[in-house]
Amino acid sequence: MTAPPDAIHAREAGFWHDLTTIASRAVRAIPREKESVIPALLIPMFWLLVSVGALETIAGAVYPGLDFRGFQLPVAVVFAVTGVSRAPDLVIDIQNGYFDRLTITPVSRPSLLLGMMVADLTLVIALTLPVLGIGWILGVRFASGLAGVLVFLLLAGLWGVAFTAVLYAIALKTANPAAITAGLLLFFPFAFLTTTFLPQAALSGWMATAAEYNPMTYLLAALRSLILVGWEWDTLLAGFGAVIGLGLVSVSLAFLALRSRLRPR
Amino acid sequence: MPQLGSNAMAAPAVATRGLTRRFGDVVALDGIDLEVSSGEIYGFLGPNGAGKSTLIRVLCTLLVPTSGSAEVRGFDVVANRHEVRLRIGAALQDVALDPKQTGVELLRLQGRLYGLTGPEIDERLAEIRQLIDLGDALGRMISTYSGGMKRRLDLAAALVHNPDVLFLDEPTSGLDPLSRLKVWSEIRRLNDEYGMTIFLTTQFLGEADELADRVGIISEGRLVAEGRPDALKRSVGTDVVVVRLQERGDGALDALRRISGVRSVDRSGDEVLVAALDGAAIVGPVAVTLSEQEVAVRDITLRTASLDDVFFDVTGARIGEGEPPSDGAGAGT
Repeated sequence: MTAPPDAIHAREAGFWHDLTTIASRAVRAIPREKESVIPALLIPMFWLLVSVGALETIAGAVYPGLDFRGFQLPVAVVFAVTGVSRAPDLVIDIQNGYFDRLTITPVSRPSLLLGMMVADLTLVIALTLPVLGIGWILGVRFASGLAGVLVFLLLAGLWGVAFTAVLYAIALKTANPAAITAGLLLFFPFAFLTTTFLPQAALSGWMATAAEYNPMTYLLAALRSLILVGWEWDTLLAGFGAVIGLGLVSVSLAFLALRSRLRPR
Repeated sequence: MPQLGSNAMAAPAVATRGLTRRFGDVVALDGIDLEVSSGEIYGFLGPNGAGKSTLIRVLCTLLVPTSGSAEVRGFDVVANRHEVRLRIGAALQDVALDPKQTGVELLRLQGRLYGLTGPEIDERLAEIRQLIDLGDALGRMISTYSGGMKRRLDLAAALVHNPDVLFLDEPTSGLDPLSRLKVWSEIRRLNDEYGMTIFLTTQFLGEADELADRVGIISEGRLVAEGRPDALKRSVGTDVVVVRLQERGDGALDALRRISGVRSVDRSGDEVLVAALDGAAIVGPVAVTLSEQEVAVRDITLRTASLDDVFFDVTGARIGEGEPPSDGAGAGT
């Protein structure tokens, strides 16, 4: 009663193989969740059109020469890419036991989380493109050219992943969908205690102080510089630095939560 | 913790020593010692809450023992988790599927996570399709499946990679009788053709009786009996006359106990169980006694001892309630 020598048996697949397997599953699920993807696409477009329609004239009067459409396009993109995450799916996996099924396979542990983040990055870039398209229709052009568009996409994508890592940490720690929703509220101080509506020089008092410590200020400055100025290296460096700094903290939190979740109790 | 031996295939498929698991003040497993040989079907039988699922979760590396040790194919479930995971498949008590995938997508994903190549996965899917009998539904989203379909797909997901040791936690709960028979048949085939070791928990006596080479009976976290089903039943050493009453008839129990040859009389719901070494010899006296006591009887059945009787013998309680129809528990005469 022994298995035939040519019988198919399990073997270690390796990190990259596991990463692509988990990422493929997560990417496959994206178009099946139209209820979360469509709002994520429409809200930034709505924001761009409304803010331009409502504020462009006033902004032009206060800041003569400001390309307000180019100024607002990065805000719309950040709205598109912030909080779009597989974290709610992860909560469902944990609650319905599928996460347990995955963890009793020999899958590489980091790939369980990184695979979902790869899917997030894919979605974030996919959501950015139509917003940039609307900007193009409204006449926004990149002073930094096509290469600037690519850097813009990279920076926006990294921000999306850095922010959603916080949501993964919450998902893994709590396995609670309400906690994920609460985590999304973090977006508001990031999004509004910064230069969303006005240039940094126009901010004063506590708002100026808050904006100074808000990484999104440096992100928006870097994205805007690619559109409005060209290759402003110190601004870009500050933008990447802020996003990577936030990402190091948030991704570390997510992996600590993963380790805690995977530790047999 | 040391491994049992360098050759994993020579080690027992499953071995536990003094395995204890506590959840706060609750002792879910209390010093379990067991050994399952390679190629064996081992049935772990007990009522709800006895500790069956906790043991499976320890053996699948999802829980750690509070004390004692557990090994699968010679690999410790704590120190050598990765080695254990390469050798096991598991269908846990609650169906664990991703409703946003199709059946085929889920099985392919499972195969890839176990390192199978595309052609290998195709080969395994062709074999598994026959078992789960989902037809075209395999291409549908799992969210559209019925409970029984999900249960069968869950079992298939545990089998994609042809595991050495298969853990099944109540594998047929929620299945209709036909599907149950199909699963039983596949469990036997996996064992016969591939020598797959199968460790299954069940609260269905007939399932353990039908499938298991050996049975372990667990009660309140303790292994209270273990052996081949026939030997366990012989150890009780009695036939059982089962009398279904139309009324309580408590007053007749003492009269039944006075019948010559009767070893014990117990009530279970609307049934009275009269145990005797020679059951056939007491059927008549039992009927006469009940008639004399003016107790209305629905029917009288003589059967050999069942695993439920074994459980009763060692714990004083019964687990027979909740038995699904068509299991064929016991041999009614």
